[in-house]
This record gives sequence, C-alpha cells and structure tokens, in this order.
Amino acid sequence: MNLKPTRLRMCGNWVLDRFPLAQVWNEHMAHYYAPKNFNFWYFFGSLALLVLVNQFVTGILLTMNYKPDAKFAFDSVEYIMRDVNWGWLVRYMHSTGASAFFIVVYLHMFRGLLYGSFKQPRELIWIFGMLLFVALMAEAFMGYLLPWGQMSYWGAQVIISLFSAIPVIGDDLALWIRGDYVISDATLNRFFAFHVIAVPLVLVLLVFMHIVALHEVGSNNPDGVDIKKSKDPWGHPVDGIPFHPYYTVKDVVGVAVFMIFFATIIFYMPEMGGYFLEHANFIPADPMKTPEHIAPVWYFTPFYSILRAIPDKFAGVIGMGGSIVVLFLLPWLDRGQVKSIRYRGGIYKKALMLFVVSFIALGYLGTQPVTPLATIMARIFTAYYFGFFLLMPIYTRWEKLKPVPSHLTTQPTLEERIPDMIAVFNEVIKTESVTTEEGATELKQRFNPTGAKNVLIRTAKNLKESLD
Amino acid sequence: MINESVDKSKRQFLTTALTVVGAVGTGYLAVPFLSQMQPSVKAMAAGAPVEVDISKIEAGQLIRVAWRGKPVWVLQRSPEVLATLTTLDTKLSDPQSNQSSQPESSKNPVRSMKPEIFIAVGLCTHLGCSPTFRPEVAPHDLGADWKGGFFCPCHGSWFDLAGRVYKGVPAPTNLEVPPYRYITDTQIIIGEEEKAA
Repeated sequence: MNLKPTRLRMCGNWVLDRFPLAQVWNEHMAHYYAPKNFNFWYFFGSLALLVLVNQFVTGILLTMNYKPDAKFAFDSVEYIMRDVNWGWLVRYMHSTGASAFFIVVYLHMFRGLLYGSFKQPRELIWIFGMLLFVALMAEAFMGYLLPWGQMSYWGAQVIISLFSAIPVIGDDLALWIRGDYVISDATLNRFFAFHVIAVPLVLVLLVFMHIVALHEVGSNNPDGVDIKKSKDPWGHPVDGIPFHPYYTVKDVVGVAVFMIFFATIIFYMPEMGGYFLEHANFIPADPMKTPEHIAPVWYFTPFYSILRAIPDKFAGVIGMGGSIVVLFLLPWLDRGQVKSIRYRGGIYKKALMLFVVSFIALGYLGTQPVTPLATIMARIFTAYYFGFFLLMPIYTRWEKLKPVPSHLTTQPTLEERIPDMIAVFNEVIKTESVTTEEGATELKQRFNPTGAKNVLIRTAKNLKESLD
Repeated sequence: MINESVDKSKRQFLTTALTVVGAVGTGYLAVPFLSQMQPSVKAMAAGAPVEVDISKIEAGQLIRVAWRGKPVWVLQRSPEVLATLTTLDTKLSDPQSNQSSQPESSKNPVRSMKPEIFIAVGLCTHLGCSPTFRPEVAPHDLGADWKGGFFCPCHGSWFDLAGRVYKGVPAPTNLEVPPYRYITDTQIIIGEEEKAA
C-alpha cells in the first residue's frame, strides 16, 4: 500500500529535486565521521564560529547608530552606550566578543600544537587557519579605530607607521593606507568600509575553505591516529561517530559553559580592568598628544613586545612580521614523525611548555611600560619564541618517540578518577579524634604535612616521567 | 563522418588573446580603484602654513601648534640647556643630523635657526607617537643618564632637547624639523622655507 505523500513532504521534495540540501547536510553533518575521542580542546572550533556569528549580528546592529566621521564617531559611540535602547549590551557584546574571539582562537591554535593537527595531510587546513588569524587581526585592528578614542588614534598611528619602515615604497604605502598625511577622517572612513564589508567577506570565505579542507581529509584527534585506516563493513571508520548528533550535542555543552563566562564579563566587567577596553580610549582622539602609556589591546601584545624588543626600526618590523610568518611554516618545520603530544618525545613537550610561557610573558610585557629590565626580558623571550620554531627541524629529529596505538585509546573518565582523588585527599587531610575541654570527643580534620609531601613528590616524579 | 582532426590552434589563439585583453583591462581598472585611496585633492590642499607668536614663551616652555594635522613643538631653550647639548655627541646616533630631515637653515648641532628657539614636528621617527617633553635632569623613571629631552612612551626612544636621537633606541633618525621662517623676531611662520637671499 502506498501512502499518499503529505503536502509538506511534497514541498520538501520539490526543493530537494532542485537543490542538494540533503547531500550537503549528510556530507558535513550527519555522515561526517569524526573521531570518537574528542576532548576539551575540541570545543574551540565551534566556539570560534559562534563568536563570529555574534560579531556579525551585534556589528550589524552597531552600524545602525554609529557614524564613521571624525567629528561624530566618538559621540555616536557614547550615544549608543547611553541613549540607544540596549545599545550598551550590543556594544559590550561586540567589544567582549572581539577579545573572546582571540581567546578561543589562541586555544584552538594551541590544540593544533598539542595534537599535531597541522601535520600531513592537514597542512592546508593550518594555512587557511593562519590566513583567518591574520584577517582576524586586521579586522580587530581596524575595528579598534572606529570609537575614535585616544588609544584608537595612536594605536592606528603606530601600526600604520609599521608599513613606512619598508624601504623605498614604505612612506608612499603608509600614505596610501591612511589616505592623508596623518590619521584623519579619510582613514576612519576607509577603516569602517574594510571593517564592515571587505574583511568580513574574506573571513567568511576563509572559514568556508577551512571547513571544506577539514572535511576532505577528516578531523585529527588527541591520539593523532588516522581513523580511516580501520573501517566497518559499511565503510564507516570504526573509531568514528557522526558529527551530528554526537558532536553537535557535545558542542552545545561547550556553548553553554562559554556563554556563562561571556555573560559574566559583559555584565560585570565589560572593560576587564582596561584589557578589553582600554582606559585611554574613553578620551576622544587628540592628534596633538599621545597618552602617557600606550599599549595595544591584549591580543596583540605578544607581537608588540617583539617589535619593541628589537632596537632597530626596520628589523623590529621584520621581527614582528616574522613572528606571524613563522607560524605559517610550522607544518614544514616540525620533523617529528608522530602527531599527538601523547606519543611525542620529552624534548617537544618541554619546548612547547617553554613556548607557552614565553608567549604569555611577551603578552604581559607588551602591556607594561618600557624599562631596561623589561626590554632585556622581552629580548630573551623573543629569542625563545623564534628558537622554538626555527630550531624545530633540528630538535624534533632527536625526539624519543613512544609507540603509537593502532586504535583510539580511552582516557579514564572523571567518574573513574574519583577514587584516586579521594585517596589523595585522605593522604593530605587526616582525621583525628580530639578530646575537648568539656570531655567530649570530636573528630577533627587536620592537615597532614608528611602526606602532602609524599603527594607532591609523586606528582613531581610523574611530571618528570611524562616530560622525558 | 568527419575524419579531419580539430584545429585547436585557432581556439588556443583566441583563448590566449582574450586572457591578455582581460588582464590588461583589469590592470587599467585597478589604477582608478587603487588611486582613489590616495589623499584627495582636498586633503592635499589642507597643508597651509601656520603663524606662531613666540613673544610670550618663557625660557624652558614648550608650546604645541597643529600644522597639517601634526603636532609641532616650539621650545624656548635656556643657555644651560644649549651648553648641555654640546656634551652629548658621543651618545647620539646622528649628532650632525646627516641622516635626518630638516631644512638647510637648521642643519647644525642645535638644529634651529636661532639656537634658543627650537622647532620640530612632535612625532617620533620610529612609529609616529608624540614623545613626551621631559626637561628635568635624571628623573626617577628614566635614570641618571637622562639629561633632559623628549621620551617616547610607546617604544622607549630617547631624544635630546635638539630632537637628536640617542644610540640604542628604536627610532632611526632625529626628529623632523619642519620648514619655517621668521617674519619678525617674535613671529614665526611654519610650513614655509626661508627664501634664499
């Protein structure tokens, strides 16, 4: 017996006959098999997409009241903050979103370093990702000029002057970018055009290419094992699960946790103590006077530190540019034969740990004023930053690799770890019965120094072992 | 049935010709697109000279005027300051201003037409921040080597009170001295060269 198709189904079929909707859905969601062992680090790709959508929606709303004119820009932002309904919320979502974008993207990139996601056959995914990072920096930089505050103005002055350090064409290039002899209304207007149209289009295109490239070769995973090597009789990877519904649902949990942090910042600390929105930017741009202490927004400070550490204008600019360029070369610098840090040698683990330390230290130094000591520190960390990448072809050859399993491994779940945690707790805290002055016995929990010492020694030994 | 093979050379020629014509057309179109981002006629015309009255500046005082949207400093230097300037040559990277930008009339160790009146564009030659005026000697934050001068807060460049850059700082050259001339003893016009006598 044939069921008569419903009207809705007929409409659906009409579309499907003309557009490969089901095919696209299956290829990228329902039949896209991802490794089943994704951990915490795998939340940040989908979170980056969420923040991108947030920036688009809030950005479009902001353009409805913002005026890209040197005379009105600063006041129009204040107008949005004070007089537009919910304007403060939209603007804080946008400004906090910019910082959140970089937090999420830095963690996403670090995941790549941990699990070798940039290695063969995923080099192009890494390259598209790096292009996205550069486009994102351009987007953030040009967006920061728009409020036309002191930091907007002088930050743009410094960054555009970077181009003038290029020999021969530099001065003309900087003039062409500014559209005037100084940062002016012309600069503000063109940055607005780039910020709301040109760069967002590039970002969307690159996200598309990033994902298409990823889905062509398949996702990497914390074990760095190729799941396509063992397939079931239906041709699906044994260690894979369909992205939808498994990872869409998992990512919703990540989104919920992210939103808690995001909302907390928006409602309770939108300026983040001057790191997300700098204090000097609440003063209108004054071309006559640079603020006493100028620093870029936190996400640029590691690269800014490198620029400041080198005592030569052109070399400084080369150093700063080089610190980004070297990231592009990563897939070819790393000669280690194993992807995941779980099976890599101690030398890479130590090198990566020191790299994280130097990146954060450079970031911190970039927010601080220049002092002789800070300059020396910045030089040391700059040397390490480049050393990590440029010496990679040498030290990754010496690695003592561990055997890589043929299938994905299972890490103990939180539930399985609880008995161990209780054991450690009991070792550090001992329970004693104490007789009080009234003669009653009470059980009291006391800190046990010998137990704590044993736990510390064990932890240190474990750490050393895993780093060897 | 046609047995003759297809003559692809004509197709190839047409394809190549079309590609070349298209590339040339795109190239021509790029010119107006790129050049419309250059400073407009209005922006280029806005560089009118500025007149400054220096009769009310006291010794050691610095005033700022805007010229072409840039800050220009006018500083009255005391004889002590001028004496200090002569002692600094070994610490400077370009004491004779050979690599630096200034009108011929100011190309001397004190970098001005009249030694006591110093005029410079107040933008660091490194990355264009406006350095802060720090005339005091050996302040706490800059250390004992500081003889008074201009300190760029952005990247830590040091300049003396003639706008000459110290060695070992990011700025490559001395501060730029704009073209200027005296109308009277107390009136300066910034943006116009001294006419050759």
